[in-house]
Amino acid sequence: MKALQKINSRFVPLPIENVDTDQIIPARFLKATTRDGFGKNLFRDWRYENNDESKPKADFVLNQTQYSGEILVAGKNFGCGSSREHAAWSILDYGFFAVVSSFFADIFKNNALNNGVLPVTVSEGFLQKIFQQGNESTLSIDVAAQTITIDATGDTENFELNPYKKTCLLNGYDDIDFLLSKRETIAQFEKEKV
Amino acid sequence: MGKTLFDKIWDKHVVEKIQDGPSVVYIDNHFIHEVTSPQAFKGIEQRGEQLFRPKQTVATADHNVPTLNQHLPIKDELSRMQVEQLINNCEKHGVELYGLGHPYQGIVHVIGPELGITQPGMTIVCGDSHTSTHGAFGTIAFGIGTSEVEMVFASQCVLQTKPKTMRINIEGALNKGVVSKDIILYIIAKISASGATGYFVEYAGSTIRALSMEARMTICNMSIEMGARGGMIAPDEITYSYMKGRAYAPKGGEWDKKKAQWEQLYTDADAQFDMEININAADIQPMITYGTNPGLGIAVNAHIPVVQSITEEGEKKTIEKALQYMGLESGQSLIGMPIQHVFIGSCTNSRIEDLREVAALVKGKKKSDKVQVMIVPGSQQVAKQVNAEGLDRIFAEAGFQIRQAGCSACLGMNEDKIPAGEYCISTSNRNFEGRQGAGARTLLASPLTAAAAALTGVVTDVREIM
Ligand code: SF4
Repeated sequence: MKALQKINSRFVPLPIENVDTDQIIPARFLKATTRDGFGKNLFRDWRYENNDESKPKADFVLNQTQYSGEILVAGKNFGCGSSREHAAWSILDYGFFAVVSSFFADIFKNNALNNGVLPVTVSEGFLQKIFQQGNESTLSIDVAAQTITIDATGDTENFELNPYKKTCLLNGYDDIDFLLSKRETIAQFEKEKV
Repeated sequence: MGKTLFDKIWDKHVVEKIQDGPSVVYIDNHFIHEVTSPQAFKGIEQRGEQLFRPKQTVATADHNVPTLNQHLPIKDELSRMQVEQLINNCEKHGVELYGLGHPYQGIVHVIGPELGITQPGMTIVCGDSHTSTHGAFGTIAFGIGTSEVEMVFASQCVLQTKPKTMRINIEGALNKGVVSKDIILYIIAKISASGATGYFVEYAGSTIRALSMEARMTICNMSIEMGARGGMIAPDEITYSYMKGRAYAPKGGEWDKKKAQWEQLYTDADAQFDMEININAADIQPMITYGTNPGLGIAVNAHIPVVQSITEEGEKKTIEKALQYMGLESGQSLIGMPIQHVFIGSCTNSRIEDLREVAALVKGKKKSDKVQVMIVPGSQQVAKQVNAEGLDRIFAEAGFQIRQAGCSACLGMNEDKIPAGEYCISTSNRNFEGRQGAGARTLLASPLTAAAAALTGVVTDVREIM
């Protein structure tokens, strides 16, 4: 996992609530056996007419060239639905390093963090303020300070981040290495439990 | 102070609590399938590691398997590769696989309980959000992502932050035509698709206690659809009599010993939950969804909400968008609306009891010639039982097509898809845009309500034909 410390970037607004994992990456794209290449199918059915790459839907934000950036900003309850980590992989592969929303589904939040994508939970009011910004506007996210700022207005909010996960993110540490180092403790636990 | 059922099981499985961080939680049983495991196997191999406890993982192929001609090679190349990779990975790493052609094959959440692998007091995970199904046996069971599948491979543990606890009490007798699917659709409609996010739910009360194991599984299965980490029900005699004699269930003296332990698994009278909700069973009618998340449900004979009367802006937008996708009108009734497909299956409602209920309703009748009806048993064992009880003949006479076990049109990864723009009453758990195929329009309902629509060709209040 790559370390993530600061992001300063424009953002892509998706002011829709309850964006579920089937929209983020439809099931028919889950047949791959690697983690790569999912970005081109991110929001596939919202992006293209009849699944046809030559027919982008003009009203969908990923097809609007005036919007770009490393941050996706979405309505509340983002990532609800399935546990498919492919949702986080497709977001990362597309080039987003953070998703901002006023509420995240649990499993998505874990999956995102496990892949170095930062879920930033802000208040509903702050979220609406971001949506009101123009397409040139930028956001600054500081992982260590746990802050998100709308650069144009100076509005700042703190966001929650579990201290353990924060250390992982800042340093690019990986839970699996951590757990591998615990194998002896776990074996001991098994003995005592039985 | 007393402990909740959740706390009793959780506390027994915490290996270590990381300071200011999650806990290292020991996992008794791990289920895997072809879609969310390949990258985890690859990950562990790239680290040059072996699976830590391969005997505590059981695999099956369910998500993208065909439900016709399962003896032939899978036509879709990517699906075939995924299934082949599962076979190779399981062989290489010593994991038990109940794959295609095996008499135990089926949807992962159907086979676990059916084989007696799922037992009270356990922690169970699977790279699939509907792992919550297993909670019906008094387990802590939840869905995980692929990185977490790799964590279990590496250490038989996952890192988890302890969720908050919620109890939903349901009291009283169920109305005519109301089954467990209606209970859970009612709860989700009441508290919304995100109403239980951050919580682990225990279902309790006299209504729940009176339900069969199959019915309890349907309820726990859909816990995730209101955002909950999982759902659980304390075990009782109904649980034990379901389990006894199953392939993996303890036998002889071991059974008695285990049963004595299971009998300690209940929430103490003075235990505290972070939230409690009380529901009166008499308020629940047969339910149906009209929108594109499982929280957008109404009693089958009620009207879709009038959009103009919704004050919350976000909710209004969500419903407007959903109605547009579904081709439905604000304030309309669904009764009498033509449908083109009925899908009876998925880990929510594909167990023998579901199929018996359907058979009892349609016996001697014929489906409408306007609809196609697909019945997909949850497992090979369910399919076998269907034939043994002669339900297959009832379905054939009714014009229903019975297929082979798998997830099928629940998520449309194989060729079982609903065409764009057409309506399907489905016993599955998700009505998201495109879930059953690009452009497909899904109405979630109970097996009874689905079967009623199969007979009439339109959305029907099942009570009128019972
Ligand atoms: S039946 Fe549907 S919900 Fe259940 S495991 Fe399969 S795809 Fe998931």
